[in-house]
Amino acid sequence: MVPITYYLILSAVIFTIGAVGVLVRRNAIMIFMCIELMLNSVNLTLVAFANQWGNLNGQIFAFIIMAVAAVEVAVGLAIVMAIVRHKDTTNVDEIHLLKW
Amino acid sequence: MVLDYLPLLILFIIAAGFAAIAIILPTVLGPRNPNKMKQEPIESGMIPFMQAWRRFPVQYYMVAMLFIIFDIEVIFFYPWAVVLGKLKLFGLIEMAIFLGILLIGYFYVWRKGAFEWQ
Amino acid sequence: MNLSSLNWNSLLPELVIVATSLIVLITAVVGKVSRVDRIARGHALAVVTLIGLLIAAGLTIMQLSQPASDFMGMVQSDALSHYLNLVILLAAALAVLLAWDYLGRFTYSFSEFYSLLLLAVAGMMFLGKSTELITLFVSLEILSISLYILTGFNRHQLASAEASLKYFLLGAFASGFIVYGAALLYGDTGSTWFSDIAANASGGFLTLAGFALLLVGFAFKIAAVPFHMWTPDAYQGAPTPVTAFMSVGTKAAALVALFRVLQSAVSAPYETWAWALAILSLLTMTVGNVAALRQTSIKRLLAYSSIAQAGYMLIGLVAGTVLGLQAMLFYLFAYAFMNIGAFACASLLESDDWSELQDASMANARGLFSRQPLLATALAIFMFSLAGIPPLAGFFGKLYLFDAAIDAGWLWLALVAVINSVISAYYYMRVVVVMFMEAPDESTRVRLPIPDSAILAIVIAVLGALLLGILAGPSFASLGQAVVAWRF
Repeated sequence: MVPITYYLILSAVIFTIGAVGVLVRRNAIMIFMCIELMLNSVNLTLVAFANQWGNLNGQIFAFIIMAVAAVEVAVGLAIVMAIVRHKDTTNVDEIHLLKW
Repeated sequence: MVLDYLPLLILFIIAAGFAAIAIILPTVLGPRNPNKMKQEPIESGMIPFMQAWRRFPVQYYMVAMLFIIFDIEVIFFYPWAVVLGKLKLFGLIEMAIFLGILLIGYFYVWRKGAFEWQ
Repeated sequence: MNLSSLNWNSLLPELVIVATSLIVLITAVVGKVSRVDRIARGHALAVVTLIGLLIAAGLTIMQLSQPASDFMGMVQSDALSHYLNLVILLAAALAVLLAWDYLGRFTYSFSEFYSLLLLAVAGMMFLGKSTELITLFVSLEILSISLYILTGFNRHQLASAEASLKYFLLGAFASGFIVYGAALLYGDTGSTWFSDIAANASGGFLTLAGFALLLVGFAFKIAAVPFHMWTPDAYQGAPTPVTAFMSVGTKAAALVALFRVLQSAVSAPYETWAWALAILSLLTMTVGNVAALRQTSIKRLLAYSSIAQAGYMLIGLVAGTVLGLQAMLFYLFAYAFMNIGAFACASLLESDDWSELQDASMANARGLFSRQPLLATALAIFMFSLAGIPPLAGFFGKLYLFDAAIDAGWLWLALVAVINSVISAYYYMRVVVVMFMEAPDESTRVRLPIPDSAILAIVIAVLGALLLGILAGPSFASLGQAVVAWRF
């Protein structure tokens, strides 16, 4: 049996990678993938805890996060496409019409 | 403890073996007489005329988006199926409402012509 | 478990909103409409939306006197959520009136717009009621995702798409934090119900980290500094009716949800989180006000002002008393009227040219009083109210908030808030000065004729800002009776 700490450390590391990725990446699609990474690390945490507590709340929560992540993918891609139609780039540094 | 995973290992071996057999048998048994046509990379029976690394039509995005949305909703059936025995009629009605709302979305997408390729 | 064992009454207003949303959506694909009739159909859909909002408001008002009830412990329907519902429905109704004419200028997708607006309303209403982490997360996402799309609704304009992208990326980032915090709390207690979390929290690392992450996520949603970066861009780029709606609705719902989390899920003593909130509040109002000083666009100025206003409202949570909650609710009502009213006026100063960053700049308002005296007066009333000048609603809202802070022993925070109000008066007055003191020139621009729906929205907002100010005492007291029922 793998101790729960291992799962938690792994998911914390993945979450951090995702969060740092959001901050340092400049490509909208990559930022987006980093956010998905964060959400999936949360799923890992939830499933590990659900196993520890022996109830299903965490697993249901993970299901719902998956569904929400899918919706975010759909909406996010649509928004990125709306940008690309105006301006042929997905680099967030070049999308700077609005500032200050 | 580790023995609990034995069935998984056996499954892996069978799967790998099946794949290996499917590759090895034809190379041993099948006749080989190559010509130029057969050496061409195959693309759905069409002769490739350009690089694969190019822009995809925007419709792929649409299909991918719709697929993700409607595909992922199925996961809600799993927990529902587990407890349906306890929920009885209530669970059935709840799922009917869920599917009804989903169908409205499906109907919307369909009538908007998102499934038509053009 | 069966259908009748659930208290459906407690969710009736939300169900009405969701049903209206689905009906409005389906009309987009039923029957064919000629190009000429499209605008008429848009107006019909706006009427349907308004009817749905009114029915939900009526049901909410009918429930006001009813005792609190819950739905398997996942949502709590009590006086707090009823008042929140009224704020949200009011904001939505005013936004529909604004969109009535505005929307037809850039899109024919009326069904989608109103449907998403209603979904956002439903999400906000559920958010204010949720007493369980999964419900909280799902309702938060329903409102956020609807708003991401609404923000980018004007596809012809790069600014709108850009606003949408920024809002989306940072909003989804914040959702990641909220959900990780929720996961840690679940891990700490083995339950996602607030009451269980409060009862079983260990008070150790998992509890603290969980609440800290939740707080960060909520700070993003209510646009608190230092998590406010998306706000000016999203508010400026979004279609103005959407900006008006989300600046009020999201804040209201997220503040109430945060209140519920703090009051019912946190077992930690009040002092531990009150300080975090106090610093958040201090930063939010100061940065919001200072950044607003140098804005040249009215819409962006209002965006920064709304950040500062969120800082004021956080004071109610810092106080953490009945008085604080009462003051926050009162301020939310006042804010709904004056802020949406201000955005309504700003929307009339915008140009129709989608290629540029179509925006209401300060120059557009130059000498507005001599061209459109009534419009200028209305905008001035909203600015005065936002600045907190008596006898308008904004003044009493601030008064009650600061009073609650002093009452709870947060004198320094109240003082900082007063200083901030003085700073903010400068930029609010600047708009008034530009309108009344300067002479109109070629940059003065008002969209004529002013649509009747916008006039109606502005009149309602003016009346609200005036009446809430004049009748501040009685209305504050009636809010008090309602929130006393809340268990502290």
